[in-house]
Amino acid sequence: MTTSSLTPRGRTPQTRRPRRSLSGLLYIAPFFVLFGFFLAWPTVYGLYLSFTDRNLAGSAAAQLVGFANYVEAFGDSLMWRTLGNTLLFTVGSTIPLVIVALALALLVNLKLKGQWLWRLSFFMPYLLASTVVSLIWIWLFNPDLGAVNAVLGAVGIQGPAWLQDPQTAMAAVIIATVWWTVGFNFLLYISGMQNIPEQVYEAASVDGASGWRQLFSITLPLLGRTTALVVALQVLASIKVFDQIYQMTSGGPADSTRTILEYVYDAGFSNYRLGYASAISYIFFVIVIILSLVQLRIFSRKAGR
Amino acid sequence: MTSTSVSIPRRRAAVGTTESTRSRPRARPSTVVAYVALGILSLLWLAPFLWAINTSFKSETDASASPVTFFPAHGYTLDTWAQIFRAGSVPLWMANSAFIAIAVTALTLVVSTLAAYAFSRLDFPGKKVFYALTIGSIMVPTQIFVVPLFDELLALNLVDTYWGIILPQTIAPVMIFVLKRFFDDIPQELEDAARVDGATRFRVFISIVLPLSRTILAAVAIFVFIGAWNNFLWPFIVTNDPNLMTLPVGLQTVTPGYSVIFALRMAQAVLAAAPLIIVFIFFQRHIIRGISTTGIAGA
Repeated sequence: MTTSSLTPRGRTPQTRRPRRSLSGLLYIAPFFVLFGFFLAWPTVYGLYLSFTDRNLAGSAAAQLVGFANYVEAFGDSLMWRTLGNTLLFTVGSTIPLVIVALALALLVNLKLKGQWLWRLSFFMPYLLASTVVSLIWIWLFNPDLGAVNAVLGAVGIQGPAWLQDPQTAMAAVIIATVWWTVGFNFLLYISGMQNIPEQVYEAASVDGASGWRQLFSITLPLLGRTTALVVALQVLASIKVFDQIYQMTSGGPADSTRTILEYVYDAGFSNYRLGYASAISYIFFVIVIILSLVQLRIFSRKAGR
Repeated sequence: MTSTSVSIPRRRAAVGTTESTRSRPRARPSTVVAYVALGILSLLWLAPFLWAINTSFKSETDASASPVTFFPAHGYTLDTWAQIFRAGSVPLWMANSAFIAIAVTALTLVVSTLAAYAFSRLDFPGKKVFYALTIGSIMVPTQIFVVPLFDELLALNLVDTYWGIILPQTIAPVMIFVLKRFFDDIPQELEDAARVDGATRFRVFISIVLPLSRTILAAVAIFVFIGAWNNFLWPFIVTNDPNLMTLPVGLQTVTPGYSVIFALRMAQAVLAAAPLIIVFIFFQRHIIRGISTTGIAGA
């Protein structure tokens, strides 16, 4: 991992074991106070809430309702719909976000002149706030007054209504997302490529391997670990999508882009049903944890080779 | 300053001479094709933002002209920009964003560095348990628990306060992991020498360990700052008072979905994006290195 690039050289064995004392607790105390208040407690409290009918609108105190929220959630077609949408977005965004990032990094890694410009172009959108991205793409995707359909029209294609059409809304959101976040994966690939020793390429050149041959026999196989990392991080980032979809479509049209995290938000802050929202949160939490563990296994097996 | 900004120093030292030969491409036809491909792609990536800048200088009539044109029929104008600065809210939100992002970054750095140092160098009761908690919590996606977190802050009277926006964003277990790994590699002798001279442990931490860690501290700071500056979900949930809103939240709440005020919208977008882009242009190498070092462990 590249983190080693910032570490000083010359690791020395620890000569003296530190004395065991309570002072270490003072060092970790500030972090664990915050941790307790704003991470540990909400996690535990959310589990409790999921078994209550806590409602922000009513004045009545919350009552324990057993598994009622979970039973309702599993029979809630909109929850399944939003889970499906989340899956669709995750798969539909991860594939282009990995392939496009790899293609851009391979091109930039040819070391043509103008490195700073290439990096600025591909990475710059990653620095934008989601709101900025959404403002720009709502305008670009405007069916009549937006640039996307104007450009398509110039080459004779009648563009769709994009964000207003249930058939194309998810695709539109994914296009905007790829433009926005591909720069991060691009950077990871660039780092990965620079970790491939030059000597490997020199040896291949001496043996007469062409550029394409080197790409398929050296670069791509040696990037296997980087790809595993990029896929793992991207899946976990995509599955938690909320910002740009909420801002561009509010989940519409006809729920075609409503994701699970937005459903949690709706249940909690539009319908004020904090108990029910917490139950859906926990269902989603379990899915994310299982997914992380599966990826951790796959990834550590890859890395161990 | 060709392509070495994200490369690994150790590796670069090893291959030093060979790199320069590879980085000078000969003008073969394939090179020309590569230039054309890169040119088209980077134009494609820059176009949305450049077109947004262009539109921000149009009148609303020209910005919503049909058919769409790049150049305005009635010339460029500063009207929308004047409107933004007259209307007041955007500069205020920008100041809020800056204050909140700086506070989040400073607090995160302080608490994470202290904890990472303790995990790296000190021995104390419960150390293993606390470290396992820290590492385990990397897997917990905090966005999922915004509902119970909001309910808790309601009880604590922290909704619609700066503290309510800032404090929940300061927990960055992955940064503790990154920092601890860095501290582990700092030679112990440096600290031992100072300890022999009578310096306290905390003194050693402040005057020896921290200065040696400038690069990683900068990397962590950059990563946290960008995240906090752009954060949307939590600030959006916890603020209703327009005077406390950050820029991303403020822009979202005042702009109804599909009304046709494109020039104003693009000016707002450009203004919101400008600070980080300007900083990025000046500190490109540091930022890229910061993102790729902390980001790999952190994203």
